[in-house]
Amino acid sequence: MSEVLSGGTAAGSPAEPTVTQVAGTVLPSAATTTPPLRRRGDLLYYSLRNSKLVFGASLELLFVLAAILGPVISPHGTTEFFLPRQPPSAQHWMGTDYFGHDVFAQLVNGLQLSYLVGALGALCAALVGMALGFAAGYRGGLLDDVLQMITNIMVMIPSLVLLVVIGAYLKTRGVVFEGVFIGLTTWPWVARAVRAQTFTLRSREFVDLARLSGRRASSIVVRDIAPNMASYLFLVVILLFGSAMLLAASYDFLGLGPTNGISLGTMMNQSMLWSALQLKIWWWFVPPGLVLTGMVAALLIANVGLDEVFNPRLREQ
Amino acid sequence: MRRYLTRKLITYVLAFFVGATIDWGIPHLMPGNPVQLYLSKFQLQPGGYAALYKTMSEAFGTSLPLWDQYWHFWAGLVHGDLGVSIYDFPARVTTLIFDAIPYTLALLVPAIAASYVLGNRLGAAAARRRSLDNTVLPAGYVLQAIPYPWLALALPYLLGEIWHVFPVSGPYDQTLLPALTWTFISSLLYHWFLPFLTVFLVSLGGWAIGMRNLVIYELENDSSRYMRALGARERLVRRYAYRSASLPQLSGLALALGVVIGGNIVTEIAFHYPGLGLLIYNAIEDEDYFLLQGIFIFIVIGVLLANFIIDLVYLSVDPRTRVSMQGAPA
Repeated sequence: MSEVLSGGTAAGSPAEPTVTQVAGTVLPSAATTTPPLRRRGDLLYYSLRNSKLVFGASLELLFVLAAILGPVISPHGTTEFFLPRQPPSAQHWMGTDYFGHDVFAQLVNGLQLSYLVGALGALCAALVGMALGFAAGYRGGLLDDVLQMITNIMVMIPSLVLLVVIGAYLKTRGVVFEGVFIGLTTWPWVARAVRAQTFTLRSREFVDLARLSGRRASSIVVRDIAPNMASYLFLVVILLFGSAMLLAASYDFLGLGPTNGISLGTMMNQSMLWSALQLKIWWWFVPPGLVLTGMVAALLIANVGLDEVFNPRLREQ
Repeated sequence: MRRYLTRKLITYVLAFFVGATIDWGIPHLMPGNPVQLYLSKFQLQPGGYAALYKTMSEAFGTSLPLWDQYWHFWAGLVHGDLGVSIYDFPARVTTLIFDAIPYTLALLVPAIAASYVLGNRLGAAAARRRSLDNTVLPAGYVLQAIPYPWLALALPYLLGEIWHVFPVSGPYDQTLLPALTWTFISSLLYHWFLPFLTVFLVSLGGWAIGMRNLVIYELENDSSRYMRALGARERLVRRYAYRSASLPQLSGLALALGVVIGGNIVTEIAFHYPGLGLLIYNAIEDEDYFLLQGIFIFIVIGVLLANFIIDLVYLSVDPRTRVSMQGAPA
């Protein structure tokens, strides 16, 4: 037992650093090696002192506010027609597109859809990934082998291509559908992370104790294992949120965007189709991409800050 | 080592099986069937519709029991027969795909290799110098957050339409005929550069940040502390940290393939670069399901092959996979 306590790697693959990748992003730390912060006040104290977290979170908050308040302050709707191809002016803050739609109105609408898709994608991926990850990591044995195999297979099938094949058969495509399907193709990232963490946690003494007391496996997972990786899971979900928004933008750019609204990806698709580049209508395709970059970068930066808050070892550096 | 390889090979065979089954299953599980979808494009009289539906169902074999259809699909796949394209009618799907593959590989392979090598170097350097870290880290996050479609529009706009430095679309100058001449090859490279730059730039940030984090993590590791305690010079400690950090980066390369391939598809479409991505786009536009299915299975095969190559490299880099009988890392 002692080597498990000191090393924490005895159960997993040998000497492999506890590094996890989510959608191509490296999460450097493992929350299980650090004592959880007990008091809520501590967490808040370190959060407010962490410049990365404060910067990332405030920037993200700005975008969220824009998404919520945008439709209210926008003087025009997404379906109204005006003079086409007008550069930004006092009347049209971001100009009008090839058809005469107000770009700002489309942008804030797209912001909302992006957040919706991101949230749904992250949520679905988290639910499926956690269920499979906990089962595989806690039970081990044959179940683990089978689930590992499924996860490894799913990881190898490119999400975007799979989504394209599915989407091409659908006549109407909603945002909810898009989010759910993105989640259903990206869960392997969560499953891998959760499994690896559960593996190192399940041989800890407090889990043994819980098992000795005769509690059910599901209750041990929920009450003893999950809380110990809550912060870590939170980071994984944030990364998935960002990558789901990016994936959705690529997907919509292929012309498979929601048929009942204008997303950021659809705006970029339209601007390409109607040669905004050649006509130099830069205000049509620059804002959606710039905003999306800001949204995802803010998430990534906040994520690093949060990592430092949760993980005192990183904080000291 | 044998156990490691057998496990991997079983995964690949199963993955191919699952990929092919998904490929076959999606059209069959979707509401309606391919023949209905196809016929819905024409305005037909009810009687004509029924007759045509019957003939076409028999022609495409959709009236057969599902098991037989599945079996036929596999038989076709094994013989390399993926059907006939609708978008480019008499052409076979496989011909179209094989024509497109060189362009896709010409973008994808150099972009992945260059971003991986340069990103790792940059990340390791950032972990060493604080001044560099302060620029690499924010730049890396921004690069990582850029949506592919946006960069694929913004780069040609700036460097093509505004500054006229690079061409914005096509694989080579439209006035040239493919030939092994210097003019043609230079035109090919000239048109190749911007799409390559797009895929390269977005991937670069992720590798740099990943390597930076891993090296910092490794430098705090017990092995690094032990080396320092033994009196090893910092340079040596760093070199070893870089080597251990390369392992998760290498397995990360296999995982990142799906994301990069997605980005490559988007980039090809924006640049009208005639690879698999543009083919996918045309297939979506013309509702060419056979072509879509064919491309899907080819991409799955490509990813599996790439994974296998990375596995072999991993095997030669990580001695533990050879010596001990441990399975693959997570």
